[in-house]
Amino acid sequence: MDDVLLRLDSVSKHFGGLKAVDDVSFELAKGEILGLIGPNGAGKTTCFNLISGVYTPTSGAIYLEGKTTGGLPPYRMAALGVGRTFQVVKPFSTLSVVRNVMVALGLKRYGGVLSSFAPWETKKSRKEAMTLLEEVGIAHLADTPSGQLPLGNQRRLELARALALRPGLLLLDETFSGLRHEEISLLSKLVLEVRNKGISVLLIEHNMKVAMGLSDRLVVLDHGRLLAEGKPEDIRSDPAVIEAYLGKGASANAS
Amino acid sequence: MNDYSITILTFIAIQAIVACGLNVIVGYAGQISLGHAAFFGIGAYSSALLTTKAGLTFWAALPLVILITGSIGLVLGMPSLRLREDFLAVTTIGINFIVESVFLYVPFFGGALGLGGIPSITLLGTRLRGPKFLYLCLVLLGLVLLISRRFTKSWAGLACFALREEETAASSMGVSPIRFKLLAFVLGTAMAGMGGALYAHLMRFISATDFGFPLSITLMSMVVLGGIGTLWGPVIGALILGVLPEVFRPLIDYRMLLNAAILLLMIRFQPAGLLGEGSLLRRLFRRKGGTSNG
Repeated sequence: MDDVLLRLDSVSKHFGGLKAVDDVSFELAKGEILGLIGPNGAGKTTCFNLISGVYTPTSGAIYLEGKTTGGLPPYRMAALGVGRTFQVVKPFSTLSVVRNVMVALGLKRYGGVLSSFAPWETKKSRKEAMTLLEEVGIAHLADTPSGQLPLGNQRRLELARALALRPGLLLLDETFSGLRHEEISLLSKLVLEVRNKGISVLLIEHNMKVAMGLSDRLVVLDHGRLLAEGKPEDIRSDPAVIEAYLGKGASANAS
Repeated sequence: MNDYSITILTFIAIQAIVACGLNVIVGYAGQISLGHAAFFGIGAYSSALLTTKAGLTFWAALPLVILITGSIGLVLGMPSLRLREDFLAVTTIGINFIVESVFLYVPFFGGALGLGGIPSITLLGTRLRGPKFLYLCLVLLGLVLLISRRFTKSWAGLACFALREEETAASSMGVSPIRFKLLAFVLGTAMAGMGGALYAHLMRFISATDFGFPLSITLMSMVVLGGIGTLWGPVIGALILGVLPEVFRPLIDYRMLLNAAILLLMIRFQPAGLLGEGSLLRRLFRRKGGTSNG
Protein backbone atom coordinates (compact mmCIF):
# COMPACT_ATOMS: atom_id res chain seq x y z
CA MET A 1 0.00 0.00 0.00
CA ASP A 2 2.09 2.92 -1.23
CA ASP A 3 -0.74 5.38 -1.70
CA VAL A 4 -1.84 5.84 1.91
CA LEU A 5 -4.45 8.56 2.50
CA LEU A 6 -5.13 8.08 6.19
CA ARG A 7 -2.95 6.46 8.80
CA LEU A 8 -3.71 5.95 12.48
CA ASP A 9 -0.54 5.34 14.44
CA SER A 10 -1.26 3.70 17.84
CA VAL A 11 -4.03 6.15 18.55
CA SER A 12 -5.68 6.13 21.98
CA LYS A 13 -8.52 8.15 23.42
CA HIS A 14 -9.21 7.82 27.11
CA PHE A 15 -12.14 9.37 28.94
CA GLY A 16 -10.95 9.23 32.54
CA GLY A 17 -10.48 5.53 33.18
CA LEU A 18 -12.40 4.44 30.09
CA LYS A 19 -10.19 3.50 27.18
CA ALA A 20 -12.67 4.20 24.38
CA VAL A 21 -9.97 3.73 21.77
CA ASP A 22 -6.82 1.98 22.87
CA ASP A 23 -3.66 1.79 20.79
CA VAL A 24 -5.36 1.41 17.42
CA SER A 25 -3.38 1.52 14.18
CA PHE A 26 -4.63 1.06 10.64
CA GLU A 27 -4.24 2.53 7.20
CA LEU A 28 -6.62 3.55 4.47
CA ALA A 29 -5.40 3.66 0.88
CA LYS A 30 -6.56 6.17 -1.72
CA GLY A 31 -9.73 4.95 -3.41
CA GLU A 32 -10.30 2.22 -0.85
CA ILE A 33 -13.50 1.40 0.99
CA LEU A 34 -12.62 0.35 4.51
CA GLY A 35 -15.29 -0.99 6.83
CA LEU A 36 -15.00 -0.30 10.56
CA ILE A 37 -17.04 -2.86 12.46
CA GLY A 38 -17.39 -4.11 15.98
CA PRO A 39 -19.98 -4.68 18.71
CA ASN A 40 -21.69 -1.75 20.43
CA GLY A 41 -19.29 0.34 22.47
CA ALA A 42 -16.26 -0.91 20.56
CA GLY A 43 -15.03 2.65 19.93
CA LYS A 44 -16.02 3.04 16.29
CA THR A 45 -17.70 6.42 16.59
CA THR A 46 -14.93 7.65 18.90
CA CYS A 47 -12.53 6.68 16.12
CA PHE A 48 -14.56 8.80 13.70
CA ASN A 49 -14.57 11.72 16.10
CA LEU A 50 -10.79 11.46 16.38
CA ILE A 51 -10.31 11.39 12.62
CA SER A 52 -12.72 14.27 11.99
CA GLY A 53 -11.17 16.45 14.71
CA VAL A 54 -13.98 16.44 17.28
CA TYR A 55 -11.59 14.81 19.77
CA THR A 56 -7.82 15.10 20.11
CA PRO A 57 -6.08 11.75 20.67
CA THR A 58 -4.81 11.09 24.21
CA SER A 59 -1.76 9.56 22.57
CA GLY A 60 -0.68 8.47 19.13
CA ALA A 61 -1.00 10.37 15.89
CA ILE A 62 -3.29 10.56 12.88
CA TYR A 63 -1.83 11.33 9.47
CA LEU A 64 -3.78 12.58 6.49
CA GLU A 65 -1.75 12.39 3.29
CA GLY A 66 1.37 12.05 5.38
CA LYS A 67 0.73 15.12 7.53
CA THR A 68 -0.22 14.88 11.17
CA THR A 69 -3.64 16.31 12.02
CA GLY A 70 -3.37 16.26 15.80
CA GLY A 71 -5.48 18.95 17.46
CA LEU A 72 -6.99 20.44 14.32
CA PRO A 73 -10.67 21.35 14.88
CA PRO A 74 -13.44 19.82 12.70
CA TYR A 75 -13.82 22.88 10.48
CA ARG A 76 -10.14 22.65 9.56
CA MET A 77 -10.44 18.92 8.90
CA ALA A 78 -13.37 19.65 6.57
CA ALA A 79 -11.16 22.08 4.67
CA LEU A 80 -8.50 19.34 4.42
CA GLY A 81 -11.04 17.13 2.69
CA VAL A 82 -12.68 15.07 5.41
CA GLY A 83 -16.45 14.81 4.97
CA ARG A 84 -18.58 12.95 7.48
CA THR A 85 -22.09 11.88 8.40
CA PHE A 86 -23.36 11.38 11.93
CA GLN A 87 -24.69 8.26 13.60
CA VAL A 88 -27.37 10.36 15.28
CA VAL A 89 -28.46 12.53 12.34
CA LYS A 90 -27.78 16.24 12.74
CA PRO A 91 -29.78 18.14 10.13
CA PHE A 92 -30.08 21.95 10.25
CA SER A 93 -33.73 21.36 11.11
CA THR A 94 -35.46 24.61 10.20
CA LEU A 95 -33.46 25.03 6.98
CA SER A 96 -34.80 23.43 3.84
CA VAL A 97 -33.11 20.32 2.46
CA VAL A 98 -31.42 22.19 -0.38
CA ARG A 99 -30.13 24.86 2.00
CA ASN A 100 -28.65 22.16 4.21
CA VAL A 101 -26.52 21.08 1.28
CA MET A 102 -25.66 24.69 0.44
CA VAL A 103 -24.12 25.14 3.91
CA ALA A 104 -21.55 22.52 2.93
CA LEU A 105 -21.04 24.10 -0.50
CA GLY A 106 -19.76 27.20 1.29
CA LEU A 107 -16.72 25.33 2.65
CA LYS A 108 -14.24 27.34 0.59
CA ARG A 109 -15.94 30.64 1.44
CA TYR A 110 -15.94 30.52 5.22
CA GLY A 111 -12.20 31.10 5.51
CA GLY A 112 -12.06 34.50 3.82
CA VAL A 113 -13.52 37.80 4.99
CA LEU A 114 -14.64 39.00 1.56
CA SER A 115 -15.71 35.62 0.19
CA SER A 116 -17.94 34.95 3.22
CA PHE A 117 -19.92 38.11 2.43
CA ALA A 118 -20.77 37.06 -1.11
CA PRO A 119 -24.41 36.03 -1.58
CA TRP A 120 -25.08 32.32 -1.07
CA GLU A 121 -28.42 31.74 -2.73
CA THR A 122 -27.28 31.93 -6.35
CA LYS A 123 -28.53 29.89 -9.29
CA LYS A 124 -25.13 28.21 -9.44
CA SER A 125 -25.06 27.07 -5.81
CA ARG A 126 -28.67 25.93 -5.94
CA LYS A 127 -28.02 23.92 -9.08
CA GLU A 128 -24.96 22.33 -7.52
CA ALA A 129 -26.96 21.39 -4.44
CA MET A 130 -29.82 20.02 -6.54
CA THR A 131 -27.41 17.80 -8.47
CA LEU A 132 -26.22 16.27 -5.22
CA LEU A 133 -29.78 15.80 -3.99
CA GLU A 134 -30.61 14.01 -7.25
CA GLU A 135 -27.65 11.70 -6.70
CA VAL A 136 -28.96 10.63 -3.31
CA GLY A 137 -32.55 10.59 -4.60
CA ILE A 138 -34.26 13.30 -2.53
CA ALA A 139 -34.35 16.15 -5.07
CA HIS A 140 -38.16 16.20 -4.88
CA LEU A 141 -37.91 17.18 -1.20
CA ALA A 142 -35.53 20.09 -1.81
CA ASP A 143 -37.74 22.78 -0.26
CA THR A 144 -39.01 20.80 2.73
CA PRO A 145 -37.61 21.79 6.12
CA SER A 146 -35.04 19.08 6.82
CA GLY A 147 -36.34 18.48 10.35
CA GLN A 148 -39.59 17.14 8.91
CA LEU A 149 -37.99 14.36 6.88
CA PRO A 150 -38.18 10.73 8.01
CA LEU A 151 -34.92 9.21 9.22
CA GLY A 152 -34.09 7.48 5.94
CA ASN A 153 -34.20 10.70 3.99
CA GLN A 154 -32.26 12.54 6.67
CA ARG A 155 -29.50 9.97 6.29
CA ARG A 156 -29.49 10.57 2.54
CA LEU A 157 -29.33 14.30 3.20
CA GLU A 158 -26.32 13.78 5.47
CA LEU A 159 -24.61 11.92 2.66
CA ALA A 160 -25.40 14.71 0.17
CA ARG A 161 -24.01 17.28 2.61
CA ALA A 162 -20.81 15.32 3.11
CA LEU A 163 -20.39 14.92 -0.66
CA ALA A 164 -20.93 18.65 -1.14
CA LEU A 165 -17.64 19.20 0.66
CA ARG A 166 -15.93 17.43 -2.29
CA PRO A 167 -14.01 15.33 0.23
CA GLY A 168 -11.00 13.14 -0.37
CA LEU A 169 -12.06 11.02 2.57
CA LEU A 170 -15.67 10.23 3.34
CA LEU A 171 -16.60 9.01 6.83
CA LEU A 172 -19.98 7.28 6.93
CA ASP A 173 -21.27 6.62 10.43
CA GLU A 174 -24.04 4.03 10.11
CA THR A 175 -25.46 5.75 7.07
CA PHE A 176 -27.34 2.60 6.10
CA SER A 177 -29.07 1.90 9.39
CA GLY A 178 -32.80 2.45 9.46
CA LEU A 179 -33.08 2.34 5.67
CA ARG A 180 -35.26 0.08 3.53
CA HIS A 181 -33.74 -2.47 1.13
CA GLU A 182 -34.21 -0.34 -1.99
CA GLU A 183 -32.67 2.64 -0.22
CA ILE A 184 -29.70 0.56 0.88
CA SER A 185 -29.01 -0.69 -2.63
CA LEU A 186 -29.34 2.83 -4.05
CA LEU A 187 -26.90 4.28 -1.53
CA SER A 188 -24.50 1.32 -1.85
CA LYS A 189 -24.33 1.97 -5.57
CA LEU A 190 -23.69 5.63 -4.84
CA VAL A 191 -20.86 4.82 -2.42
CA LEU A 192 -19.24 2.63 -5.08
CA GLU A 193 -19.57 5.45 -7.62
CA VAL A 194 -18.03 7.87 -5.14
CA ARG A 195 -15.09 5.50 -4.69
CA ASN A 196 -14.67 5.23 -8.47
CA LYS A 197 -14.20 9.00 -8.50
CA GLY A 198 -11.18 8.42 -6.27
CA ILE A 199 -12.73 9.28 -2.91
CA SER A 200 -11.71 6.98 -0.06
CA VAL A 201 -14.50 5.78 2.19
CA LEU A 202 -14.34 4.73 5.81
CA LEU A 203 -17.65 3.34 6.98
CA ILE A 204 -19.10 2.15 10.23
CA GLU A 205 -21.82 -0.38 9.64
CA HIS A 206 -23.85 -2.78 11.74
CA ASN A 207 -25.54 -4.42 8.79
CA MET A 208 -23.00 -7.14 8.02
CA LYS A 209 -24.33 -7.82 4.56
CA VAL A 210 -23.74 -4.18 3.62
CA ALA A 211 -20.39 -3.93 5.36
CA MET A 212 -19.09 -7.15 3.80
CA GLY A 213 -20.50 -6.31 0.39
CA LEU A 214 -19.14 -2.80 0.11
CA SER A 215 -15.80 -2.91 1.87
CA ASP A 216 -12.51 -3.85 0.26
CA ARG A 217 -11.14 -4.50 3.72
CA LEU A 218 -12.51 -4.55 7.23
CA VAL A 219 -11.11 -3.40 10.55
CA VAL A 220 -12.72 -4.93 13.62
CA LEU A 221 -12.67 -3.10 16.94
CA ASP A 222 -13.66 -4.57 20.28
CA HIS A 223 -13.48 -2.75 23.62
CA GLY A 224 -11.44 -0.01 21.98
CA ARG A 225 -8.76 -2.37 20.68
CA LEU A 226 -8.04 -3.56 17.19
CA LEU A 227 -9.28 -7.14 17.05
CA ALA A 228 -8.77 -8.10 13.44
CA GLU A 229 -8.05 -6.60 10.05
CA GLY A 230 -8.39 -8.14 6.61
CA LYS A 231 -10.54 -8.99 3.64
CA PRO A 232 -14.27 -9.53 4.30
CA GLU A 233 -14.09 -13.29 3.59
CA ASP A 234 -11.28 -13.74 6.13
CA ILE A 235 -13.02 -11.63 8.77
CA ARG A 236 -16.22 -13.61 8.29
CA SER A 237 -14.50 -16.82 9.35
CA ASP A 238 -12.21 -15.31 11.99
CA PRO A 239 -13.02 -17.10 15.26
CA ALA A 240 -12.02 -14.08 17.39
CA VAL A 241 -14.48 -11.87 15.52
CA ILE A 242 -17.31 -14.37 15.80
CA GLU A 243 -16.64 -14.67 19.50
CA ALA A 244 -16.69 -10.88 19.99
CA TYR A 245 -20.04 -10.60 18.27
CA LEU A 246 -21.84 -13.72 19.42
CA GLY A 247 -19.98 -15.01 22.44
CA LYS A 248 -18.01 -18.16 22.91
CA GLY A 249 -19.19 -21.23 21.04
CA ALA A 250 -21.83 -19.45 19.06
CA SER A 251 -22.59 -20.38 15.51
CA ALA A 252 -22.01 -17.74 12.84
CA ASN A 253 -25.39 -16.28 12.17
CA ALA A 254 -24.68 -12.61 11.86
CA SER A 255 -26.37 -10.74 9.09
CA MET B 1 -49.03 64.24 14.68
CA ASN B 2 -48.35 65.95 17.98
CA ASP B 3 -44.98 66.20 19.73
CA TYR B 4 -45.95 63.47 22.14
CA SER B 5 -46.58 60.85 19.46
CA ILE B 6 -43.41 61.85 17.65
CA THR B 7 -41.35 61.37 20.79
CA ILE B 8 -42.91 57.95 21.36
CA LEU B 9 -42.22 56.96 17.75
CA THR B 10 -38.63 58.17 18.01
CA PHE B 11 -38.10 55.98 21.09
CA ILE B 12 -39.64 53.07 19.25
CA ALA B 13 -37.38 53.58 16.21
CA ILE B 14 -34.29 53.66 18.44
CA GLN B 15 -35.35 50.55 20.32
CA ALA B 16 -36.10 48.84 17.00
CA ILE B 17 -32.52 49.53 15.88
CA VAL B 18 -31.17 47.97 19.09
CA ALA B 19 -33.60 45.04 18.87
CA CYS B 20 -32.49 44.40 15.28
CA GLY B 21 -28.94 44.11 16.60
CA LEU B 22 -30.09 41.62 19.23
CA ASN B 23 -31.90 39.70 16.51
CA VAL B 24 -28.65 39.23 14.59
CA ILE B 25 -27.10 37.62 17.69
CA VAL B 26 -30.07 35.63 18.98
CA GLY B 27 -32.19 35.13 15.89
CA TYR B 28 -29.59 34.55 13.21
CA ALA B 29 -26.67 33.03 15.13
CA GLY B 30 -28.72 31.45 17.94
CA GLN B 31 -26.54 32.85 20.72
CA ILE B 32 -28.63 33.93 23.67
CA SER B 33 -27.79 37.38 25.01
CA LEU B 34 -29.54 38.84 28.03
CA GLY B 35 -27.17 41.77 28.34
CA HIS B 36 -27.81 43.66 25.13
CA ALA B 37 -28.70 46.88 26.98
CA ALA B 38 -25.04 47.08 28.07
CA PHE B 39 -23.97 47.71 24.48
CA PHE B 40 -26.80 50.20 23.99
CA GLY B 41 -25.32 51.96 27.02
CA ILE B 42 -21.74 51.75 25.75
CA GLY B 43 -22.89 53.41 22.53
CA ALA B 44 -24.73 56.14 24.41
CA TYR B 45 -21.83 56.87 26.80
CA SER B 46 -19.24 56.82 23.98
CA SER B 47 -21.20 59.32 21.95
CA ALA B 48 -21.89 61.49 24.98
CA LEU B 49 -18.22 61.57 25.97
CA LEU B 50 -16.95 62.09 22.42
CA THR B 51 -19.27 65.04 21.84
CA THR B 52 -18.96 66.69 25.26
CA LYS B 53 -15.39 66.01 26.41
CA ALA B 54 -13.68 65.54 23.01
CA GLY B 55 -15.79 68.16 21.29
CA LEU B 56 -16.63 66.11 18.21
CA THR B 57 -19.88 66.58 16.31
CA PHE B 58 -22.45 63.78 16.37
CA TRP B 59 -21.57 62.86 12.79
CA ALA B 60 -17.84 62.64 13.47
CA ALA B 61 -18.47 60.66 16.63
CA LEU B 62 -20.95 58.15 15.15
CA PRO B 63 -18.43 55.99 13.22
CA LEU B 64 -16.17 55.98 16.29
CA VAL B 65 -19.07 55.02 18.54
CA ILE B 66 -19.94 52.09 16.28
CA LEU B 67 -16.28 51.06 16.20
CA ILE B 68 -15.88 51.32 19.99
CA THR B 69 -19.07 49.39 20.75
CA GLY B 70 -18.23 46.71 18.19
CA SER B 71 -14.69 46.38 19.57
CA ILE B 72 -15.94 46.01 23.14
CA GLY B 73 -18.41 43.46 21.78
CA LEU B 74 -15.48 41.59 20.24
CA VAL B 75 -13.46 41.62 23.47
CA LEU B 76 -16.38 40.58 25.68
CA GLY B 77 -17.68 38.10 23.12
CA MET B 78 -14.41 36.21 22.79
CA PRO B 79 -14.53 34.48 26.18
CA SER B 80 -18.34 34.49 26.52
CA LEU B 81 -19.25 32.89 23.21
CA ARG B 82 -17.23 29.80 24.05
CA LEU B 83 -20.01 29.02 26.50
CA ARG B 84 -23.32 27.60 25.44
CA GLU B 85 -26.96 28.24 26.23
CA ASP B 86 -27.65 28.73 29.97
CA PHE B 87 -24.03 29.56 30.72
CA LEU B 88 -23.94 32.15 27.95
CA ALA B 89 -27.22 33.62 29.21
CA VAL B 90 -25.83 34.01 32.74
CA THR B 91 -22.57 35.47 31.44
CA THR B 92 -24.34 38.08 29.34
CA ILE B 93 -26.51 39.06 32.32
CA GLY B 94 -23.25 39.50 34.22
CA ILE B 95 -21.86 41.72 31.47
CA ASN B 96 -24.95 43.90 31.73
CA PHE B 97 -24.58 44.38 35.51
CA ILE B 98 -20.83 45.01 35.29
CA VAL B 99 -21.16 47.62 32.54
CA GLU B 100 -23.98 49.32 34.41
CA SER B 101 -21.87 49.40 37.60
CA VAL B 102 -18.88 50.86 35.77
CA PHE B 103 -21.07 53.70 34.49
CA LEU B 104 -22.53 54.17 37.95
CA TYR B 105 -19.37 54.11 40.06
CA VAL B 106 -16.54 55.43 37.86
CA PRO B 107 -16.44 59.24 38.15
CA PHE B 108 -15.24 59.58 34.54
CA PHE B 109 -18.67 58.38 33.44
CA GLY B 110 -20.46 60.89 35.63
CA GLY B 111 -21.26 58.40 38.41
CA ALA B 112 -24.73 58.48 39.86
CA LEU B 113 -25.31 61.95 38.42
CA GLY B 114 -25.03 60.68 34.87
CA LEU B 115 -23.82 62.68 31.90
CA GLY B 116 -25.59 65.85 30.85
CA GLY B 117 -25.09 68.66 28.38
CA ILE B 118 -25.01 66.34 25.40
CA PRO B 119 -25.39 68.52 22.29
CA SER B 120 -28.32 67.98 19.97
CA ILE B 121 -27.69 66.89 16.41
CA THR B 122 -27.33 69.47 13.67
CA LEU B 123 -27.47 68.78 9.97
CA LEU B 124 -26.65 71.47 7.37
CA GLY B 125 -26.99 74.12 10.00
CA THR B 126 -30.42 73.06 11.31
CA ARG B 127 -30.96 71.47 14.67
CA LEU B 128 -32.68 68.10 14.33
CA ARG B 129 -35.71 68.13 16.60
CA GLY B 130 -39.13 66.50 16.66
CA PRO B 131 -40.02 64.97 13.30
CA LYS B 132 -36.56 65.61 11.85
CA PHE B 133 -34.92 63.58 14.58
CA LEU B 134 -37.49 60.85 13.95
CA TYR B 135 -36.60 60.85 10.24
CA LEU B 136 -32.93 60.43 11.10
CA CYS B 137 -33.80 57.45 13.33
CA LEU B 138 -35.95 55.93 10.60
CA VAL B 139 -33.19 56.33 8.01
CA LEU B 140 -30.70 54.62 10.31
CA LEU B 141 -33.28 51.91 11.11
CA GLY B 142 -33.63 51.38 7.36
CA LEU B 143 -29.86 51.07 7.11
CA VAL B 144 -29.80 48.50 9.93
CA LEU B 145 -32.55 46.50 8.21
CA LEU B 146 -30.64 46.60 4.92
CA ILE B 147 -27.47 45.37 6.60
CA SER B 148 -29.42 42.61 8.39
CA ARG B 149 -30.98 41.51 5.14
CA ARG B 150 -27.68 41.57 3.32
CA PHE B 151 -26.15 39.51 6.16
CA THR B 152 -28.81 36.78 5.87
CA LYS B 153 -28.10 36.57 2.14
CA SER B 154 -24.35 36.12 2.62
CA TRP B 155 -22.41 32.91 3.19
CA ALA B 156 -21.55 34.27 6.63
CA GLY B 157 -25.28 34.50 7.38
CA LEU B 158 -25.86 30.95 6.18
CA ALA B 159 -22.95 29.81 8.37
CA CYS B 160 -24.67 31.47 11.35
CA PHE B 161 -27.99 29.74 10.59
CA ALA B 162 -26.16 26.42 10.45
CA LEU B 163 -24.48 27.13 13.80
CA ARG B 164 -27.81 28.05 15.34
CA GLU B 165 -29.33 24.74 14.24
CA GLU B 166 -26.49 22.28 14.84
CA GLU B 167 -23.07 23.44 15.94
CA THR B 168 -21.28 20.09 15.55
CA ALA B 169 -22.62 19.50 12.05
CA ALA B 170 -21.86 23.09 11.00
CA SER B 171 -18.34 22.72 12.26
CA SER B 172 -17.80 19.57 10.23
CA MET B 173 -18.96 21.54 7.19
CA GLY B 174 -16.13 24.03 7.49
CA VAL B 175 -17.87 26.63 9.67
CA SER B 176 -15.62 27.89 12.46
CA PRO B 177 -18.06 28.29 15.38
CA ILE B 178 -16.20 31.01 17.26
CA ARG B 179 -15.46 33.09 14.16
CA PHE B 180 -19.06 33.32 13.01
CA LYS B 181 -20.56 33.69 16.48
CA LEU B 182 -18.19 36.59 17.07
CA LEU B 183 -19.05 38.10 13.72
CA ALA B 184 -22.77 38.08 14.60
CA PHE B 185 -22.02 39.39 18.09
CA VAL B 186 -19.90 42.28 16.81
CA LEU B 187 -22.47 43.18 14.16
CA GLY B 188 -25.30 43.05 16.72
CA THR B 189 -23.46 45.08 19.35
CA ALA B 190 -22.39 47.68 16.77
CA MET B 191 -26.07 48.16 15.89
CA ALA B 192 -26.84 48.58 19.60
CA GLY B 193 -24.06 51.17 19.75
CA MET B 194 -25.65 53.15 16.94
CA GLY B 195 -28.99 53.09 18.76
CA GLY B 196 -27.22 54.24 21.92
CA ALA B 197 -25.72 57.26 20.18
CA LEU B 198 -29.18 58.31 18.93
CA TYR B 199 -30.61 57.84 22.42
CA ALA B 200 -27.91 60.00 24.04
CA HIS B 201 -28.55 62.89 21.66
CA LEU B 202 -32.30 62.57 21.92
CA MET B 203 -32.32 62.62 25.74
CA ARG B 204 -29.26 64.90 26.05
CA PHE B 205 -28.87 63.46 29.52
CA ILE B 206 -28.07 59.83 30.29
CA SER B 207 -27.48 57.83 33.44
CA ALA B 208 -26.45 54.26 34.15
CA THR B 209 -29.94 53.04 35.11
CA ASP B 210 -31.18 53.73 31.56
CA PHE B 211 -29.19 50.69 30.45
CA GLY B 212 -30.01 48.12 33.11
CA PHE B 213 -30.99 44.48 32.95
CA PRO B 214 -34.78 45.18 32.65
CA LEU B 215 -34.12 46.91 29.32
CA SER B 216 -32.25 43.82 28.10
CA ILE B 217 -35.31 41.75 28.93
CA THR B 218 -37.59 44.23 27.16
CA LEU B 219 -35.37 44.08 24.06
CA MET B 220 -35.45 40.28 24.14
CA SER B 221 -39.25 40.41 24.51
CA MET B 222 -39.47 42.61 21.41
CA VAL B 223 -37.47 40.10 19.37
CA VAL B 224 -39.46 37.11 20.64
CA LEU B 225 -42.80 38.86 20.20
CA GLY B 226 -42.12 40.05 16.67
CA GLY B 227 -40.54 36.85 15.45
CA ILE B 228 -37.06 35.70 16.34
CA GLY B 229 -34.79 35.45 13.30
CA THR B 230 -37.14 37.34 10.98
CA LEU B 231 -36.17 40.63 9.34
CA TRP B 232 -39.14 42.76 10.46
CA GLY B 233 -39.91 40.94 13.71
CA PRO B 234 -37.86 43.18 16.00
CA VAL B 235 -39.43 46.29 14.45
CA ILE B 236 -42.97 44.95 14.97
CA GLY B 237 -42.02 43.88 18.50
CA ALA B 238 -40.59 47.30 19.33
CA LEU B 239 -43.70 48.96 17.90
CA ILE B 240 -46.14 46.85 19.91
CA LEU B 241 -44.23 46.99 23.19
CA GLY B 242 -43.67 50.72 22.63
CA VAL B 243 -47.28 51.61 21.83
CA LEU B 244 -49.09 49.33 24.30
CA PRO B 245 -48.01 51.16 27.47
CA GLU B 246 -49.29 54.39 25.94
CA VAL B 247 -52.64 52.88 25.02
CA PHE B 248 -52.98 51.32 28.47
CA ARG B 249 -51.77 54.42 30.26
CA PRO B 250 -53.91 53.78 33.36
CA LEU B 251 -52.20 50.40 33.75
CA ILE B 252 -48.70 51.89 33.74
CA ASP B 253 -47.85 50.35 37.11
CA TYR B 254 -48.58 46.93 35.70
CA ARG B 255 -46.45 47.42 32.60
CA MET B 256 -43.99 44.64 33.34
CA LEU B 257 -46.88 42.35 34.25
CA LEU B 258 -48.50 43.10 30.91
CA ASN B 259 -45.24 42.41 29.07
CA ALA B 260 -44.86 39.10 30.88
CA ALA B 261 -48.44 38.11 30.02
CA ILE B 262 -47.87 38.93 26.34
CA LEU B 263 -44.64 36.97 26.32
CA LEU B 264 -46.25 33.91 27.94
CA LEU B 265 -49.19 33.99 25.54
CA MET B 266 -46.82 34.24 22.60
CA ILE B 267 -44.69 31.34 23.76
CA ARG B 268 -47.82 29.24 24.30
CA PHE B 269 -49.68 30.07 21.08
CA GLN B 270 -47.20 31.56 18.59
CA PRO B 271 -43.75 30.37 19.62
CA ALA B 272 -42.13 31.59 16.39
CA GLY B 273 -43.39 35.14 17.04
CA LEU B 274 -45.89 37.24 15.10
CA LEU B 275 -43.90 37.05 11.87
CA GLY B 276 -42.23 33.69 12.42
CA GLU B 277 -42.51 30.58 10.29
CA GLY B 278 -46.00 29.04 10.60
CA SER B 279 -47.44 32.00 12.53
CA LEU B 280 -51.04 33.12 12.12
CA LEU B 281 -50.14 36.38 10.38
CA ARG B 282 -47.84 34.68 7.93
CA ARG B 283 -50.38 32.01 7.02
CA LEU B 284 -53.05 34.67 6.51
CA PHE B 285 -50.68 36.62 4.31
CA ARG B 286 -49.79 33.51 2.28
CA ARG B 287 -53.41 32.62 1.66
CA LYS B 288 -54.01 36.08 0.28
CA GLY B 289 -50.61 36.39 -1.31
CA GLY B 290 -51.08 33.86 -4.10
CA THR B 291 -50.53 30.26 -4.97
CA SER B 292 -46.75 29.95 -4.86
CA ASN B 293 -46.75 28.10 -1.57
CA GLY B 294 -50.08 26.36 -1.88
